[in-house]
Amino acid sequence: MIANYGYKNGSGDFFIAIDTDKCDGCGDCVSACPNNVFVVGEDPNDPLRDEPVAMVGEEHRKKLKYTCAPCKPDRDRSALACVAACKPLAISHSW
Amino acid sequence: MTDKKEFWRWKEYRWHDETMDWKNADIISTGVDIGSVSSQAVILVDGKLYAFSNQRTGSDSPESANQAINWAMENTGMTLDDIHYSVGTGYGRVNVPFADKAITEIACHARGGNFMYGPSVRTILDMGGQDCKAIRCDEKGKVEAFLMNDKCAAGTGRGMEVFADLLSVPIEEVGELSLSVEEEPEPVSSTCVVFAKSEASALLREGWPKHKVLAAYCAAMAHRIVTLLERIDVQRDFAITGGIAKNSGVVKRLEKELGLEALKSTYDSQIAGALGGALFARALETKRRKS
Repeated sequence: MIANYGYKNGSGDFFIAIDTDKCDGCGDCVSACPNNVFVVGEDPNDPLRDEPVAMVGEEHRKKLKYTCAPCKPDRDRSALACVAACKPLAISHSW
Repeated sequence: MTDKKEFWRWKEYRWHDETMDWKNADIISTGVDIGSVSSQAVILVDGKLYAFSNQRTGSDSPESANQAINWAMENTGMTLDDIHYSVGTGYGRVNVPFADKAITEIACHARGGNFMYGPSVRTILDMGGQDCKAIRCDEKGKVEAFLMNDKCAAGTGRGMEVFADLLSVPIEEVGELSLSVEEEPEPVSSTCVVFAKSEASALLREGWPKHKVLAAYCAAMAHRIVTLLERIDVQRDFAITGGIAKNSGVVKRLEKELGLEALKSTYDSQIAGALGGALFARALETKRRKS
């Protein structure tokens, strides 16, 4: 499942997409993110799945543009910590 | 002073199948969907729809959940003790006191939509009271991709209620009335309820008739949803759940913009979430008995 967390508003699309078929719930993203955006737990959107999965924490979903801003400078941007840490390549950002 | 008529107020109601006997049932499962605006309870007897209720959510989620389930059980002789498994869903899902499990409305709408519209459904758009969800699912109603916009009430049922009130048009009649325009007006420039309302006031002052203002708002709402849908790749068949599915003014314009027709169902579009919850409850009870 492609889980899109975030929102769209007048200034753009701000979604973090997690491919839950690729995610193995290892939690590398949780420790990699400087702003603690990710949590790992039971998949709330697939109650019959047994394996844990990564998701964007409830409190960050409505303000991702701002929460993620420190990792997205205008220039000299290095790879995003969460994306780089994810071995199964399950995380992507829409902006 | 006479009482002010509440144009936004939609009809609350309940239903149960009087021909069905639940007393010898193997599994009685329920789903309770506590949304931001409306709450539903659905009772399934061995996987068949037995009863449901649909009402406004009060300020107290646990109380709304109790009211919803009690209303659905009214005159059926059923009590909470007869129910084997309950699932809570919607905004208030963690506040359903009798629920065995809370499941997100995304999973529930996919499952409920699959039951209501059949296995051919691939894209479900849930247009709720205060948010909008786009869900892509497989033939079993399992979620393949989802997207939720819950940042504001723009383009949702609550916004439509505000407009019904502003224009003194009963909410059930908004859709049809908006379709009675001879020529489609330019959509209002913002779907933000607050901005759209002030824009609409200005249009009224300019002399726009009600149906034209409603058409401009319904069109703006439809357009906003279409841009949201772009992210999840709409596939056939397409269905709409939630309260806005009952507003032909939005549905028709959405269909036109997408170039796709939404499936029709004999079920009430507002119960999709609770129905999905009840279907999960049945599956989870079966799983529990096996282990």
